[in-house]
Amino acid sequence: MLDQCFALLWIIGKIICVLVPVIVCVALLTLLERKVIGAMQVRVGPNRNGIAGSLQPICDVLKLLAKELIIPSKASRYLFIIAPVLALAPALAAWAVIPFTNDWVIANVNAGILVVFAMTSLGIYGIIIAGWSSNSKYAFLGALRSVAQVVSYEIAMGFTFVGVLLAAGSMNLREIVLHQSGGIWHWYFLPLFPLFVVYWISAVAETNRAPFDIAEGESEIVAGFHVEYSGIMFGIFFLAEYANMILVSALAALLFMGGWLSPFAGIPYLDHWFSWVPSVLWLVLKMSFFIFLYFWMRATFPRYRYDQIMQLGWKCLIPVALVWIVLVAVAVQMGWIFH
Amino acid sequence: MAPLPIPDILFVIASVALITSAVLVVTIRNPVRSVLSLVLCFLFTTILWLLLQAEFLSLVLIFVYIGAVMTLFMFVVMMMHVDKRMLSEKFVSYLPLGVGLLVVFVGLIVYALHHHNFTKAAYVMPHFPANYHNTESLGAVLYTHYVLAFEMASVILLVALLAAISLVFQGRQSGKSQCVDKQIQAKKKDRLVVIDMKSEAP
Repeated sequence: MLDQCFALLWIIGKIICVLVPVIVCVALLTLLERKVIGAMQVRVGPNRNGIAGSLQPICDVLKLLAKELIIPSKASRYLFIIAPVLALAPALAAWAVIPFTNDWVIANVNAGILVVFAMTSLGIYGIIIAGWSSNSKYAFLGALRSVAQVVSYEIAMGFTFVGVLLAAGSMNLREIVLHQSGGIWHWYFLPLFPLFVVYWISAVAETNRAPFDIAEGESEIVAGFHVEYSGIMFGIFFLAEYANMILVSALAALLFMGGWLSPFAGIPYLDHWFSWVPSVLWLVLKMSFFIFLYFWMRATFPRYRYDQIMQLGWKCLIPVALVWIVLVAVAVQMGWIFH
Repeated sequence: MAPLPIPDILFVIASVALITSAVLVVTIRNPVRSVLSLVLCFLFTTILWLLLQAEFLSLVLIFVYIGAVMTLFMFVVMMMHVDKRMLSEKFVSYLPLGVGLLVVFVGLIVYALHHHNFTKAAYVMPHFPANYHNTESLGAVLYTHYVLAFEMASVILLVALLAAISLVFQGRQSGKSQCVDKQIQAKKKDRLVVIDMKSEAP
């Protein structure tokens, strides 16, 4: 029994080693987002606290912690309190199967890609329950919009996963990355380019980020599903959204951009010069690129109209993904690529 | 100290919670909470399936049933306005029918499951080696032995899909749906007329 206790402590230690950097990253991302979008829109961004606004996230967290928690009198109390937890828990739980290098992973499970997909689809319950239990029209509308959007884009996202696992012949995330080894031209974003694009669009829609942020839609429904939340309960929704963004970026890097593999592998000289770089750094760089893409899209595109979102999801992304899956399946069966 | 039998403990916890949440689905009066307990019910089922090392089925249960079907269910139930008094009246009037159906279904299940399924020998937790792939073995069985049944089930689902659409679809109506092509092709001169006017004092 003592062994089991030690095993449990070991697992908890590993979980802390993954989750603490994720949460620190979320804090930094909030600052980075405001700085990047500020620069893109020729503004300054936060610059009052610390050097060039570097202490802004800490001030924000302290402000959220110090604020009063208000529970509306007509709200369903328990569901109202539990909703932020339900939003955050799946976003953090999915990190259990994400490999950071060849052997840095909490749980190297066979069905890793399915675990991530299941966890991202569970995250919607936090939004629905928050919207319903607030007993407010705006929150309710936000929840309804969010459900319709996430259910539609989940289908397209699932099909891109099918394409990747057809190419790799495995659902284990580590093996999917190892299948892409051998140089940048072996990464899946080239042969599966349409699926890569479909994945990224549906990933942005899944995380309810701009230009697909109609669930919040501050110009129409104030703040959508979390309009009644105050203080740190709102902060937890914020944390869940950013943790989901990092997760989706990590998944994009693992599935399509070769994960922790060096982009210079197989190129003479360059391969040798960059061999000292720790492999986890490549993964972090690729993730940073995707997170930057989030900010870039938010600064560039206006919000989609509701019917346009549905049209894009059902009439454009799903057919493209379906056709490409058939092509990939034929290519794999004939042995043209992906040996 | 002897090691704790963790799978057994998990089994007991998950099955007790499963039965509790299944009872709550029927007894809770608020429809949204009833749907939420159905979601809990599915969650505990996935734990039981994971204990059987059927990871593919349990994860598919999560993202198909909990992630998609139950969210759509919630979508409908949340918008429903339910009169609670009518519910209790209906409960009494439909009670005989419900009990009758219950007896029929329990009888069918007891008839279908033979009594030797309920001995202790039938309840051994399966244990597969670490290199066992649930997905691969499921696919191997599904697309060889049961390929006909599988295809038939998918055709029946397709028929149900088409039937649902044909029930609801009442021909093309001139609704408020937008035509994106027309919207994009709209030019300034189609929508806007600039009139020359002399300025006037009020």
